[in-house]
Amino acid sequence: MLSSQKINLAKVAAKAFITPLTVRTFASSAARSVNINLHKGSFESYNCDLPSLDVEISKEELVRMYRSMVTMRRMEMASDGLYKAKLIRGFCHLCTGQEAVAVGMETALTAEDKIITAYRCHGFTYMRGGSITSILAELLGRKAGISGGKGGSMHMFTPNFFGGNGIVGAQVPLGAGIAFAQKYLGHKAATFSLYGDGASNQGQVFEAYNMAKLWELPAVFVCENNRYGMGTAANRSSANTSYFKRGDYIPGLKVNGMDVLAVHQAVAYAKEWTVSGKGPLLLEMETYRYGGHSMSDPGTTYRTREEIQHMRSNNDPITGLKQRLLEFNIITEDEMKAIDKAARVEVDQAVEEAKASGEPDLSEFWTQIYQKDSGVPYVRGREPEEFHRY
Amino acid sequence: MSSMLKKAVTVSIPSVRQALARSNPVLANALLAKRSYNSKGGVEMTVRDALNSALEEEMTADEKVYLLGEEVGQYNGAYKVSKGLLDKFGPKRVIDTPITESGFCGLAVGSAFAGLKPVCEFMTWNFAMQAIDQIVNSAAKTHYMSGGNVDCPITFRGPNGAAAGVAAQHSQCFAAWYGSVPGLKVVSPWNSEDAKGLLKAAIRDPNPVTIIKSVKKTNRLVTVEGGWPQYGVGSEICAQIMESEAFDHLDAPVVRVTGADVPTPYAQNLEAFAFPDTEVIARVVKRTLNKKIGA
Repeated sequence: MLSSQKINLAKVAAKAFITPLTVRTFASSAARSVNINLHKGSFESYNCDLPSLDVEISKEELVRMYRSMVTMRRMEMASDGLYKAKLIRGFCHLCTGQEAVAVGMETALTAEDKIITAYRCHGFTYMRGGSITSILAELLGRKAGISGGKGGSMHMFTPNFFGGNGIVGAQVPLGAGIAFAQKYLGHKAATFSLYGDGASNQGQVFEAYNMAKLWELPAVFVCENNRYGMGTAANRSSANTSYFKRGDYIPGLKVNGMDVLAVHQAVAYAKEWTVSGKGPLLLEMETYRYGGHSMSDPGTTYRTREEIQHMRSNNDPITGLKQRLLEFNIITEDEMKAIDKAARVEVDQAVEEAKASGEPDLSEFWTQIYQKDSGVPYVRGREPEEFHRY
Repeated sequence: MSSMLKKAVTVSIPSVRQALARSNPVLANALLAKRSYNSKGGVEMTVRDALNSALEEEMTADEKVYLLGEEVGQYNGAYKVSKGLLDKFGPKRVIDTPITESGFCGLAVGSAFAGLKPVCEFMTWNFAMQAIDQIVNSAAKTHYMSGGNVDCPITFRGPNGAAAGVAAQHSQCFAAWYGSVPGLKVVSPWNSEDAKGLLKAAIRDPNPVTIIKSVKKTNRLVTVEGGWPQYGVGSEICAQIMESEAFDHLDAPVVRVTGADVPTPYAQNLEAFAFPDTEVIARVVKRTLNKKIGA
């Protein structure tokens, strides 16, 4: 079981927490919530109604969203640095630019709802309760890592987050199974299974759609369309790039995934849809990653720097929310800068803690292959003299 | 059931048993396990009925156990293993799936991650090849990769190996492939008693377990299996014996009798050459008995 250092229990258990900063902001204006109108192009629907463009949201929630996105970006930037310093090995897929999806999703859900995604999972792990230290330590392959250092970048889990999965597309039937279990056990919870534009053509995705619809599972399938499956543009991989329509008999919604409030609204809509017994729903989040597919990919051989820069300048999720916070007088510029600074400090501290953690004990090589005390007496190592007896 | 087998091994090697018990607990456990399943007395029943009663008992005992697979419900099972279960437990717990092994196996594994205890049936293990990624990469490896944070108490079951006249794509033995995967327990029942006991144990086991049903016999120098010769179960047994004290007890090299290294043909006369039969086994045993190292 995860130790309390690895999971931010406050995040998992409670939707709302008050910090001194947010208490201060209440003093600046009387109302606790605001009504924000989303842009008309925020949603497009397929065989279902559009969610309302009018978002009613508390100020403290907005500030929380901002803080989460800023912290997430800092965390991914720190990972970038650690990778370049060769402290992270193997694969490392960053979600820089895509923060609105994980954050907007989390604020619309509860701890009972479940999420599963593929390997671009650090942001989700953080939102689902993983501490920054445990995420960074996992990347560094240390004992304090959220998976004990045994999984790495692609294999991070929390009690309500099922990874972190390395095989493209495999997480989608797994997610349908998690939804199946919620229904079986009578839990009123929605399960969100995320996959990319690259994974969307996998046969098993359609197999999962079919069973979800047939058995009316409380499953929401979410295509995080960041336009490129590794180096292949969506229109070079997919005969039909309207991913929100690919569910055929499953209704769908296309969402501006760079707008955290649009994501929030769509996810709340989707949760209500599935939990109320209407069966599965498909969401397509139009989003964008500034970095390459992974740290091994510069990300500029298959797209132009102009495109990347354009997205950063015009569609950045953090800048977008910042503008709203200022426009609605939620917080001041100085308070925002304080949040930015606090995020940097928090991540820097987590980096130090992660680095200070040692590598896993050698004994951990042999543990958790099977469940503890489940009747396996012996495991062989590399040669007959190298073995472990339990 | 005290000992669960890591490898797909149900073999007995009578005269080197003692040496093995000292040097190689895995094989020794296999021998002990086999002996303890073959008790005297009791009711005579077919393997199919034994499996059926195991499923019924485990589904009665634990609400989280459910069965899914093709034709397991209304058809009462392609081989009648799940006969009567839909009537008894209803469609929530006995689920007919579409013909989508990759998808329904993944779904079953995901449901195990989320706390259920699925029995995922493949009509034959040949079809499970479509789902092998979910079995190996999702079910077997996740407990380890997650540092123990994710559990997967799933049972995969189905008929394995040769059947008469079904040709190459329906006759493969998967013991070697699944047996090699750390994180997966693989068991292969020998008779009805084995079948019932092992299925019950597998369902209760908190690890992912695959149950493959086939016939395997060995004597002290000869391994016999239905699978292909290269990189197979017999090869593994040979290697383990070589690396153990048992090697010193051998009077002749170990010989593997296996399926032929050929995709199974359809014509009956050709198919007859594909799998070991008593004549082949006897011939090899005699030949081996006539050999002695140093003679």
